[in-house]
Amino acid sequence: MRFIAEKMSTPRALYADFPLGWPVGQPLDVEFQHRVLQAAFALLERPSGPVLYDFPERIESNPGEPLSCPLPARFDPNLHPAMDEAQALKHAYDRAAKKNGRTSVGRVIDADQIPGVLEKFARVADGEPWDQQGLAAPPMMLAHDIRAYYEELAFEIADGPIAAYGAERWFFDETEAGKVLIGARRSMQQAGAPHQEWFYMAPGSRQ
Amino acid sequence: MKAHVETLPVPEFENPAFNRPPPLQEARVAIVTSAALSQTGGLAKWTGDSTHFETIPAEARDLELGHVSPNFDRAGFHADINSVYPIDRLNELAEKGVIGSVANFHYAFAGNQPDSVSTLRLDSGPACARQMLEDAVDVVLLTPV
Repeated sequence: MRFIAEKMSTPRALYADFPLGWPVGQPLDVEFQHRVLQAAFALLERPSGPVLYDFPERIESNPGEPLSCPLPARFDPNLHPAMDEAQALKHAYDRAAKKNGRTSVGRVIDADQIPGVLEKFARVADGEPWDQQGLAAPPMMLAHDIRAYYEELAFEIADGPIAAYGAERWFFDETEAGKVLIGARRSMQQAGAPHQEWFYMAPGSRQ
Repeated sequence: MKAHVETLPVPEFENPAFNRPPPLQEARVAIVTSAALSQTGGLAKWTGDSTHFETIPAEARDLELGHVSPNFDRAGFHADINSVYPIDRLNELAEKGVIGSVANFHYAFAGNQPDSVSTLRLDSGPACARQMLEDAVDVVLLTPV
C-alpha cells in the first residue's frame, strides 16, 4: 500500500492501485502483467532514492459482479444442500487440480472431506454447539480449505471476466457452502465462541 | 480493508539502504512474495504468526496459497499464479534478453507478520538474503500480499 512505502522509505516502490491479492495485476492478462513489471524494473535506473512511483493504470478494487458460475441442480434430497452441492462439484475441482498441477486445498482437510465438514458446519449454523461437532481443526482453517475448493473449481465452470472479489462474492452470496459458513460463523459469534475461532472464517466485511 | 490497514503502525527507518544494480539485461532476478506460498504439502507450515520463509525452486508450479487472511482476493492466485508470483513473466523477459537471468530459487514469507516484524528483520530476512547472494541474485522483485 502506498502509505506503507512512504512511511518505511522502501528504496524503490511501484504503487499499483489494484485489488488486494493481485500485486502483479489482472490474472491471465499477460500483457498487463508485463506492463507492471516493466514499470517496476524501470525504477532500477533511478540514481537515488527512495523512489515511489504510481503505476498509471488502475484496477477497480470495489467488489463487482459475482463470477458468472453455474451451480449444480439439487440431486440428493436426503443430503444437506451444501453437502449435495459440494459433492456435485467434485469433478470440476478434480479437473482444475489436474489442469493446474496444484491446489491450495489441504491445509487441514482434503477435497474428499469437504462435504462432511460442510454438514457439520450446517449443524452449527442451525444452532448446535460448534465445539461438539467433532471438527478436526480450527473452523478458520477448515473454512480456508472449503473456500479454496470452491474458488479453484469456479474457474473450470465460470463464464466471463475475472473481476476483483468476483469469486468471493460468488462463493459467499450464491453457493450453499458459502451461506453455511456465514451462518455457522454468525451462530458461533452469537454463542460467545472465542473471536479467533469464528471471525476469520470469512472476510471481515461480511456479517 | 485498505482504510483499516492505513490506521496501523509500521516500522519507520531513517536511513534506508539504496544501491544501484547492474544493468537490467545483465541482472539476475529473484521473486520474494509475502503470499505465503509453498509447494505441495507445505500449507500446514503457514499459521497466523509465521515468520519463516519457504524456498521455491524456479521450476516449481505445484504452489499453494498459505496466507491465512480471508480478506484479500484469493481467487486471483487460483486463476493465475502470475498475478501474485510472476515466474512465467520473468522467464519470458529472460528469453527476450530484457533481464539477464531468472534466479534458481525464489522465496515466500507470510504477509501476516507480528507487528514489530523483528524476527523477519533480524533473522529470517537476512537468512533469505544470504541464500539469494549464494544464488548471485542482483535484483529482488517483491510482490506484497
